[in-house]
Amino acid sequence: MTDGLIPPGKYFMQGNIACAEAALIAGCRFFAGYPITPSNEIAQWMSYRLPQVGGHFIQMEDEIASIMAIIGASNAGVKSMTATSGPGFSLMQENIGFGMMIETPCVIVNVQRGGPSTGIPTLVGQGDMMQARWGSHGDYEAIAYVPNSVQEFFDLTIKAFNAAEEYRQPVIVLADQTIGHMYGPLVVPPHEEIKIVNRKLPNVPPGVPDFKPFDAKYEVAPMALAGMGYRIHVTGLTHDEKGYPYYTHEVSTWCVKHLVSKIRNNAEKIWEVERFTLDDADIVVITYGITSRPAYQAVKVARSEGIKAGMLRLITVWPFPEEVVRKVSEQAKVILVPEINMGQMIHPIREVAECLVIGLSWAPGAVQTPDVILDAIRSVSR
Amino acid sequence: MPKEVLATKHPDDELIRADRIPHIWCPGCGIGIVMKCYVEAIKRSGIPPERHVVVSGIGCSSRLPGYMNIDSYHTTHGRAIPFAVGMNIVKPDLEITVIAGDGDLVTIGGNHFIHAIRRNHNFNVVLVNNFTYGMTGGQYGATTPIGSKMSTAPYGMIEYSFNLPLLVASLGAPFVARWTTLHIRQLTDAILKAMKVNGFAFIEVVSPCPTQYGEDNNFPTGMDMMKYFREACVVEHEADLRKVDIDLRPGKPLIVGNFVHIEKPSYNDMDRKLIEIAMKGRKPYG
Repeated sequence: MTDGLIPPGKYFMQGNIACAEAALIAGCRFFAGYPITPSNEIAQWMSYRLPQVGGHFIQMEDEIASIMAIIGASNAGVKSMTATSGPGFSLMQENIGFGMMIETPCVIVNVQRGGPSTGIPTLVGQGDMMQARWGSHGDYEAIAYVPNSVQEFFDLTIKAFNAAEEYRQPVIVLADQTIGHMYGPLVVPPHEEIKIVNRKLPNVPPGVPDFKPFDAKYEVAPMALAGMGYRIHVTGLTHDEKGYPYYTHEVSTWCVKHLVSKIRNNAEKIWEVERFTLDDADIVVITYGITSRPAYQAVKVARSEGIKAGMLRLITVWPFPEEVVRKVSEQAKVILVPEINMGQMIHPIREVAECLVIGLSWAPGAVQTPDVILDAIRSVSR
Repeated sequence: MPKEVLATKHPDDELIRADRIPHIWCPGCGIGIVMKCYVEAIKRSGIPPERHVVVSGIGCSSRLPGYMNIDSYHTTHGRAIPFAVGMNIVKPDLEITVIAGDGDLVTIGGNHFIHAIRRNHNFNVVLVNNFTYGMTGGQYGATTPIGSKMSTAPYGMIEYSFNLPLLVASLGAPFVARWTTLHIRQLTDAILKAMKVNGFAFIEVVSPCPTQYGEDNNFPTGMDMMKYFREACVVEHEADLRKVDIDLRPGKPLIVGNFVHIEKPSYNDMDRKLIEIAMKGRKPYG
C-alpha cells in the first residue's frame, strides 16, 4: 500500500504523466485546468488519479479561471496545480501576479509549444522563457525550473511544490512539447527519501489581537488559511503587514521590496545548474531544457576533436543564476546560447557575461540537431 | 467643548473592521446597506463567523470584504467566482459569499459566472447592480439600461442589457432573487436563505449610484433612487422571468422577489460521490 501514490521503482513513462505522478507525491490534491496541447496528458491523468487519492479535479471554463481556482484552493490550505501551454500561460499572467501579491503557493506547469499566438500546438518551442519572468505587470521575482528529461520533469515538479510552499508564491515548471510527450526511464525513489516541504502555519492561536497575516518580522510569513479563525483580509492591492490596502509610497516600498527580497536573498539556494566539461573550457554552450540534449552531444564531439568546449545547463532559469554564469564567463572566450526562440535567455546571460556571447536562435517546430550546435562551436574555435 | 460619548461599541463591531472605517463609498451609495444586510444574515445564520468567507473582485462593491471582520478575499477584476470555486471544492464546509458588482461579475466575469451556475457550485453570489462602473468613472456595462447617458456612452447607451434573473434561472440555479437596497428585511432574509441553499444561490440587489449613474440619468441623489424603488417595485415571487427586464423609465414596474427556490445536488455532492467511487476501485497503484 502506498496510499494510492506511485510505488518506488523503475518505470518507462511519458513526461507529462511523470509530472502528474510527481505532483501527487508532492501532496497536490487540487488540479484545475483547461484543455490545451501539448499539456493535455497532465490534466487527463490528474482527472483519473487525483480522486483515487482523495483529491479534487476540475476542468474550468478557461485558463484565467484555472489559475484563480488553484489560488482559491491553496488559500484554503490544499496544495494546488494547473498545467497549460503558451496561449493559456498568457491568459494566466494577470492572476499569477495576484498569486505573487497575496503570497499564495501553487504550481503552474507550462509545456511550451511553438509560438507566437496559436503557433504550432503539437511541436516544440521555448518561447515563454521571458514571459515566465516578466509576464505579469509590476515587480516580483519568478521561480522557474526547466527539465530536460522525463526523470527531471518528475523531480522538478516536486521541487516546484517545495519552493512554492517554502517561499509562499506561484512557481513555474517550464517544460516543452518534446519533454512532455517523450517516453523515458523514470526512477521513483522510496517515498520517505523524497523531500516534501509544507507551508508554515501561524504559531499563535486565532484571536490574538493585532495578528498580521503578512508579518514583516518573517522573511516568509506563516500562512493563515480560510476558516482557521484568524479573520484575515487578503487583497491584490498594495497592502501592509495586516493585509490592509494602503496607497502610500512607504507601504508600497515595504510591500514590493518584501516580495522581491524573499527570493533575491535566497536565490543561491534556488539556483540549480549542471556542468559538463567546463573546467578548462574556453567555448561554453549555455543551454536549458530539451536544447541541452543536442548541445551535450555537440560538446562531446567537439572535445573529441580537441576543442576545449563545455556546457552549462540552467535547471533554474529564474531567479537567473547570474553568479554561476558570470564565473563561467571569466575563463571562457565565447559563450554560445542555442535556444528554440529568437533569443531570450541570451539577454540575462549577456548582462552578466564577461566574454563574447553569441546567440544561436532557432525557430520553433523542431529541436536543433547536434550538428547545428557543433558547427557553431567549430566555427568559433577557429 | 468635548462631545459626549454615547457608545464606545457598535453592535456589529464583531463583524466589521472598525479600524478600516471611514469607507470609500459615496453619500447615497447603496453598498453599505448590502453590507449591513450581509452582517445581519451572518448573525442569524447560526454559522460561526469563522466559517464565513467573503470573496470579491474589483470595483466599489468589491471593497465590501475589506470592511468585514471575517476571512475576506479581495481578488482581481471578474475573478472572484473562480477563486471561490477552488476554495469551495477543497473546503465545502466554508460558507462562502461572493459580493461584487455588475461590471465585475457579469461583464468581465460573465464566463465564470455562467459556468459556476451551470456546475451548481455551493456558494452565494450577491450582485450589487448599480448599472455602472462607479470606481472608474461611470462607464457603461452589461446591465446599463438602454438609453442611459454614461461617460462612455455620451449619446446614450445603444446596447441591450442583461435580464439577470432570467439568465441565472435558465442555467439551473437553485435560488434566484432580486431585491433593492430599499428592501432591507427581504434582502437580509434572502441572503440568509441563500446561505442555506445547497448549491448556487444568486441575489441581484438593485442599488443607487448617484455619483456615477444617477446624476446624468434622473436619479441625482440616493434618495431619488430609493423613492423610485418605493414607487416602482412590485413583489412578485412567481414572476414570469421573461418579463423582469429592468426599465427605469417612469411608469414601468421593477419586479422583485424570491423567484426560484428548488433543490438539486450541488457540485460538492457530485464530487464527493466521484471520489468515493475512485477510491473504492483504486488502481493502478492500490
